Amino acid sequence: MKKKRKDLLGLRGVEREEIEEILATAEQMREISRRKVKKVPTLRGRTVVTLFFENSTRTRTSFDLAAKRLSADTLSFSVSTSSTTKGETLMDTARTIFAMSPDAVVVRHSCAGAPHLLARHFPWTVLNAGDGINEHPSQALLDMLTMRDRLGSLEGRKVAIVGDVQHSRVARSNIFGLTTMGASVRVAGPGTMCRSDLAALPVEIRHTVDDVVKDADVIMMLRIQRERLGRAVLPSAREYAAFYGLDLERLSRARPDVVVMHPGPINRGVEIAADVADGPNSVILDQVTNGIAVRMALLFLLLGNAEDASPT
Amino acid sequence: MNRVLDGAGLAAAVDAVADQVMTAMARVPRWALVGIRAGGVPLADRIADQVLARTGHRPLRGAVDITLYRDDLYTGLEKPVLGDTDLPFEVSGCGIVLVDDVLFTGRTVRAAMGEVWDFGRPAFIRLAVLVDRGHRELPIAPDFVGLTIATGLHDKVVVDWAGQEVGIR
Repeated sequence: MKKKRKDLLGLRGVEREEIEEILATAEQMREISRRKVKKVPTLRGRTVVTLFFENSTRTRTSFDLAAKRLSADTLSFSVSTSSTTKGETLMDTARTIFAMSPDAVVVRHSCAGAPHLLARHFPWTVLNAGDGINEHPSQALLDMLTMRDRLGSLEGRKVAIVGDVQHSRVARSNIFGLTTMGASVRVAGPGTMCRSDLAALPVEIRHTVDDVVKDADVIMMLRIQRERLGRAVLPSAREYAAFYGLDLERLSRARPDVVVMHPGPINRGVEIAADVADGPNSVILDQVTNGIAVRMALLFLLLGNAEDASPT
Repeated sequence: MNRVLDGAGLAAAVDAVADQVMTAMARVPRWALVGIRAGGVPLADRIADQVLARTGHRPLRGAVDITLYRDDLYTGLEKPVLGDTDLPFEVSGCGIVLVDDVLFTGRTVRAAMGEVWDFGRPAFIRLAVLVDRGHRELPIAPDFVGLTIATGLHDKVVVDWAGQEVGIR
């Protein structure tokens, strides 16, 4: 990276050149995962902590595996096993971890800005693995890498994001990253999940799915959080599927080569039909594979140039 | 730049390295030329061309990028760009001839050996270089050499394949 970056907190304001560098590095990192010995010595002796205040399996394991493939030591802190349930504050938890001298901390928290707080107060590298409804930059980067595999350049591409855009940090990071890379983003979803105040972001808001799907190069379906179903924002899973889900019939109105994505975990039959999720347009599993490569690239680029660190 | 080899000299040095490699590998059943990125790849290409021209067989080819195996990633050098590592053959049991343009401290060769090792257990590893400029910091020596020159520690040896010359800056 051109200027030395300590943390990756979001894609808002990250320049195109830097995103290009991350994606190009990730493309090279994929080769390591295809080797018999899936490990390089690059971050030997470094310690990467995953600090998760929200449940997560895929993002945490993806970061964990990425760090291990670069030979870093990894350590997991999670809310269910840590002291926050006993009333410890975020800063006190962080001070405890600081006393163990890690080099990087991967943070997920239900409050937007929690990783920024830690980045400001501690010398280690902070990677935001999702903060509230704000950002989830590594997910957007792996999404962009997956799109590039299928589409080549992102310049001029049309990306449709469908579902609960209002509460989606995945959507927000993608919106920032994709528009920086020259793509345009259209969003659609129920009025309660795709409100007009989204217009503050560089997106076009539509209210029917067919409207955003028809000429899209990419359709990104967002996970519907089941805990929201049956509440005021959304009547039922069946109704959601009928109006906003992606099934074969709706897909038939899109371009035949459209790329179908989903950050996972998927609700089959709700936001995405099983035969679409498993169909030829779906790249859902490529997203998982690319996630490891993107996170390896981020750890390498952020930790590999720490000037004050001692040589191995 | 202080020129050490002109076009004819460079061609002769390449021939010399290729000759030594071919002689040594003549009875080896399975061996591969592996260029160290970036400087070793053009030399490996030229050696491969000569092997093909003189024996009618194209040797196995590969390339390694040692960035992830370097010992100086954390010393504040400018961020290196990652290149491809591509060893499209079974490394276990194969003889490996590592190829680089300039041999200096030996640290690059150490890193390249480490990387090859992660792909399998080679039958042996040999080292072919165009220029040995001295100042080794590790117990590493070339097996096949085009040219040995004396240099100052802070000199830069430049192999310019396009401009057909080797010089010291």
